[in-house]
Amino acid sequence: MKFVDEFREPEVITRTAEEIRRLADPKRHYRLMEVCGGHTHAIYRFGLKDILPENIELIHGPGCPVCVLPMGRIDDGLSIAQDPGVIFAAFGDMMRVPGRQGSPLEHKARGMDVRIVYSPSDALKLARNNPEKHVMFFAIGFETTAPSTALTIMRAKNEGLTNFSVFCNHVTIIPAIRAILDSPDMRLDAFIGPGHVSTVIGCRPYEWIAQNEKTPIVVSGFEPLDMLQSIVMILRQLKAREAKVENQYKRVVPWEGNRAALRAMAEVFQLRPYFEWRGLGFISQSALCLRDSYAQWDSEQRFSVPGIRVTDPKAAQCGEVLKGVLKPHQCKLFGRECTPEHPIGALMVSSEGSCAAYYNYEHRKTAMVNILSQTA
Amino acid sequence: MCLAIPGQIVEMSSDQPTAALIDVVGVRRKVDLGLLQDDLPKPGDWVLIHVGFAMSKISEQDAIDQMNTLRALGEIDGAMQEVEGYGLDDRDDDGISDTADDYRRPAAYKDRVS
Repeated sequence: MKFVDEFREPEVITRTAEEIRRLADPKRHYRLMEVCGGHTHAIYRFGLKDILPENIELIHGPGCPVCVLPMGRIDDGLSIAQDPGVIFAAFGDMMRVPGRQGSPLEHKARGMDVRIVYSPSDALKLARNNPEKHVMFFAIGFETTAPSTALTIMRAKNEGLTNFSVFCNHVTIIPAIRAILDSPDMRLDAFIGPGHVSTVIGCRPYEWIAQNEKTPIVVSGFEPLDMLQSIVMILRQLKAREAKVENQYKRVVPWEGNRAALRAMAEVFQLRPYFEWRGLGFISQSALCLRDSYAQWDSEQRFSVPGIRVTDPKAAQCGEVLKGVLKPHQCKLFGRECTPEHPIGALMVSSEGSCAAYYNYEHRKTAMVNILSQTA
Repeated sequence: MCLAIPGQIVEMSSDQPTAALIDVVGVRRKVDLGLLQDDLPKPGDWVLIHVGFAMSKISEQDAIDQMNTLRALGEIDGAMQEVEGYGLDDRDDDGISDTADDYRRPAAYKDRVS
């Protein structure tokens, strides 16, 4: 196997880009939202914008779990870990996300017991290995990650391990899409559906978007060719005045999702009545918490949580960027006060955040421009 | 966060039915198969891994493609750091044989994802 310029089939990429130009009606302006932060990263990294016609606008959606977590939740989690008997365990992505008194890493520098784990089961292992301590796993993520947390909690219960709990910030993608569609300042023509979330939930949960909202959605892979093919599928639907759920990422995403993962989530979690999202506000039934049968492993039930609410710095316009109303560089702080080295908003922290992606890649000659020039 | 890392099942755990040793371009770690319990993979099968759990079974070609996608996205270092981080420093209680070379043996497809 030979790899040309890191991508599969550059000629096909060029042909697909031409197909997009043929399909796009020059009299129309298309607004397509990629829901998933992984897609946002890929779009900037590859410079997909450079080979799309100008009248196709990609709007970055709410699918970066670090970015949509309100600062108050970080402060709440850190407040529990002020207790020297508590170990704060979280994925690396969380470590540099600012709370009101600094990020988890900065708290670690001040003496808090903060550990990076790469898997929730390693947080459980920390609890086994530190029986004199309480390990709190600060869980974030959409449905991609939630089943792993659920299984870990089930294992803790089976083992009778009681020095372990989860501070649950898991959110669900469908209510966020609904909130965006209900938002009066948002007009979208179609969605590029999330890839790895869909390996868990499958494609069925998107059917209402097509049927009720008459908006096409195509579940997409992450390579440039995947995303361009998804845009072709969307444009074909729009041209035929259709609205369907289609699956471009069939090689990984089964239509029915992963039933074992859905069962684990249903066993451990229930929907919260409402949850706050950064930029989108409170969305009803949009997040998960532990069922009463797992209360013993729920940090929020075991510890007193202050319930901190922090308004984002006034000058930072994370909310508008998250909703796609502003482009990252249109925020007053972008690239000046707020950079990946000194992030003020979470969109600048995670590589899946649109501000960090824009900051890191926007000024570079992009891979797509190279491919076009090589295959011309 | 949403990294999906391709790996090949090397060996099932002897005492945990839903754990396996998995190889990701030569790095071997224990991964949880609990989310695939309806259709458990066997040694030689390929899976996508996310935060230490196998999420879906894939073909070998898809595994190679996915590794290339990660590389193109600049996520290889992050993915390998994640895989190397699985299991903390203590891998002796998992029913999997773990001689030193188990963790660094080159995988069959390593040179194919140059």
